[in-house]
Amino acid sequence: MVETDYTNHILTAYIRGEIDHDSAARIRVEVDGAAQSLRPRLLRLDFGGVSFMDSSGIGLVMGRCRQMQLLGGTVRVVNYSDNLRRIFVLSGLEGLGVLA
Amino acid sequence: MKQAVNEMKLRFPSKSCNEAFARGAVSAFIMHLDPTVNELSDLKTAVSEAVTNCIVHGYRRQSGMIFLDGKIFDDGRVLLKIRDKGCGIEDVAQAMQPLFTTAADEERAGLGFAVMQSFCDKVRVKSAPGKGTTVTLEKRLGADDGA
Repeated sequence: MVETDYTNHILTAYIRGEIDHDSAARIRVEVDGAAQSLRPRLLRLDFGGVSFMDSSGIGLVMGRCRQMQLLGGTVRVVNYSDNLRRIFVLSGLEGLGVLA
Repeated sequence: MKQAVNEMKLRFPSKSCNEAFARGAVSAFIMHLDPTVNELSDLKTAVSEAVTNCIVHGYRRQSGMIFLDGKIFDDGRVLLKIRDKGCGIEDVAQAMQPLFTTAADEERAGLGFAVMQSFCDKVRVKSAPGKGTTVTLEKRLGADDGA
């Protein structure tokens, strides 16, 4: 469900499948585990493989922003489809510069 | 009141894995209406939010049954009723406020009702503390120009 890559202080988490309340809990554990051990400057959340997302995806991104703030890094959300953008827009995440 | 041209009733326990089941079932139910990608995604997302609310808030992670009734009318209207017999909502107007959540520590964004309202034509919420909550989602398919 999540594959990670760490290069030049950038941790990229490639998220695949559907993000709902059920799967978000598992994705969160995997991403936080990698971030805490690697302490990247930037966490890139790659949504290219995400076929469905409800507001749990927004909670997931906001939670990772808080987590990375504690670790002294930032978050970027990349490769999301038009459909996902319509959900992100509702969250106000656009104004925070988190969305690529 | 128009006669429904098709209908279905589902009941399933409040397990997280049934969030995917519920939206998959609704997607199959409306498929013959030939929905656009956006229409399909809108209804799946709204159903996912409503069912998650039953699990996280209605039953507060205790087990209980969730009831999902679907109807399709000949003008392309889809009506979905998602009901739990959980704790109910004290203040429905407050619960529907964007960003309001009682489960912030679980990383709930407080946007469930905002998503439902944004992706459906009508959202009705009926709730009684101690008795449960019914959310009715209505969306007319075919109104979308496909953009």
